[in-house]
Amino acid sequence: MTLPLRRGLPAVAMCFLAMIAAILAAPFIGSTTIHFGRVFSTAVPFADNIDAQIFFIARLPRALAAALVGGTLAAAGVIFQGLLRNPLATPYTLGVSTGSALGAMLAITFGASLPFVGITSASLAGSLLAVLIVYFLARARHAGLSTTVLLLAGVTLNAFFSALILFVEYLSDFAQTFRAIRWLMGNLDVVGYSSILGALPFVVFAFAVFAWLARPLNLLSLGADAAGTRGVNVRSVHRWAFFSASIATGAAVAVGGPIGFVGIIVPHLVRLVVGSDHRLVLPGSAFLGAGFLVACDALARIVLAPLELPVGVITAIIGGPFFLWMLIRKR
Amino acid sequence: MDAHQKTLRALIVGAACLCLLPYVGRAGLEARRNEARRFEPKRIVSVVPAVTEMLFAIGAGPNVVGVGSYDHFPPAADKLPKVGALLDPDFEKILSLRPDLVVVYDSQADFIARLQRASIPIFHYQHAGLADITQTIRRLGEAVGRTKDAEAVAAGIERDLDAIRARVASLPKTRTLLVFGREPGSLRGIYASGGVGFLHDLLVIAGGTDAFDDVKKQSVVISSEQVLARAPEAIIELYDQDTTDAKLAAERAVWKQLPAVPAVRNNRIYQLRGDFLTVPGPRIVQAARLMADALHPSKKNALHPQ
Repeated sequence: MTLPLRRGLPAVAMCFLAMIAAILAAPFIGSTTIHFGRVFSTAVPFADNIDAQIFFIARLPRALAAALVGGTLAAAGVIFQGLLRNPLATPYTLGVSTGSALGAMLAITFGASLPFVGITSASLAGSLLAVLIVYFLARARHAGLSTTVLLLAGVTLNAFFSALILFVEYLSDFAQTFRAIRWLMGNLDVVGYSSILGALPFVVFAFAVFAWLARPLNLLSLGADAAGTRGVNVRSVHRWAFFSASIATGAAVAVGGPIGFVGIIVPHLVRLVVGSDHRLVLPGSAFLGAGFLVACDALARIVLAPLELPVGVITAIIGGPFFLWMLIRKR
Repeated sequence: MDAHQKTLRALIVGAACLCLLPYVGRAGLEARRNEARRFEPKRIVSVVPAVTEMLFAIGAGPNVVGVGSYDHFPPAADKLPKVGALLDPDFEKILSLRPDLVVVYDSQADFIARLQRASIPIFHYQHAGLADITQTIRRLGEAVGRTKDAEAVAAGIERDLDAIRARVASLPKTRTLLVFGREPGSLRGIYASGGVGFLHDLLVIAGGTDAFDDVKKQSVVISSEQVLARAPEAIIELYDQDTTDAKLAAERAVWKQLPAVPAVRNNRIYQLRGDFLTVPGPRIVQAARLMADALHPSKKNALHPQ
């Protein structure tokens, strides 16, 4: 193990501990007071135990969903920043979130007439559609994946899908528009575990690819040509990075909505501490992203109790100023 | 003073007079408009479903020439030209109908300003709760010269609501979660009634108390934790008229995810179907009856006049 890698390990371990601490603490925080003695008591059957249900149906799945979404978005942010070699790239830069937002808007507006189209599956379908369109656009002009064309295609698709969203919103009525806007602010109240389990296969697959991508992305940071001379198959790394990070993002957005800024704040914070080695930045970002979103969601649940603030509002309030600071800070 | 200066002064005075001219004209128009008020309007445009229903209920239907795009009741209103709605009134189309009264909601500031520029008489109103509905009906009656009919309709609504209130008054209040909507097929993003608004008021008349009474908003988004914590004894959900039975059954089953909620445990989930449920117009009595039937089934027959 090389020296810089070993030096960064304690920081990654800290991120891991922060995530575990956040996940363990979050179910104990909430808008209502519950009796923890009764939560784990077996004297009352689960079906009648309100405290246990608040803990296991309302709070714990939320903490786990926040961890899954936060970790995925942060790790996907690292991959996109490495792939596009652009520090301002986010998981949403290439149109994934706008695609899923379009899917969700369609489900909200026209879903009532189609009985079994859920918002979650519609948003996942939308994001996959966006991924494929961007991929084929980027390939059309280039033998491999040109990251420049990829970026342009993504930004253009973002704009086009946003326009379609406006059109769909125009067709919808007040209540639907209101719901659509709320969806865009993010919501991790998943009620039970089914949506987490639904997203898990995509996320596990993506993280397996991320683990393999760490080393080639390090070499790619020197430039595609330099990486190529060191034995990196640039074309396939580009393709795998794009697909794995996009699919993971799509799955995360389907669970929690397009929660912003996690995918950019967290990777940069981690890089400040551990440097730019993807073998450290990736796990560090995944852990810290998970812990960060769990904490943000806990905050969202209690600030306005009994109402709650959409979690995307909290990440945006923290993330906006951070983004500006990153833009103007001295290199 | 030389000739040059004199010309300049004349120009300034002339310009000042030109500037004042529109105001003089407008004052004249204002007077004429007030005079017009005394007559019964013959060409009324209404862009809000509740007001359109009110106009028809008080017998001014034949004088309505344009309605909003969401106005489908009564069927006669649905046949009239659609002129946009609260947020997007089609000004040109409204002008082309040559209205002599346009009913506007107070929040439509731009629309009101444009109507005033075109010197079209307006009737404006605002709704915060149940009491405003009958008040608007009475004011509308005065504005369209049908005071007696409006009084009869408004008093009828008040009498019917009082009757419902009286019949369930002796019964214990049911703590109720009134759901306006949620994500289909899941318990995410539940929109529920808070402690204000006409639907909240109807729930109280029907013998319920609002589970989110303390939140003074018409509509609140609540989390599953709050549903569990507030432990409503009954859940009333509102659905569109065209919701299928299969869909209702599927949506009903979704609540089983929270078995500790008394309403779920005791199977007290009531799915009301009908577009009139969310219209703060003359049909609120029907909505109140449906709610009272759901919350207090023992008094069900007593609630319906023979």
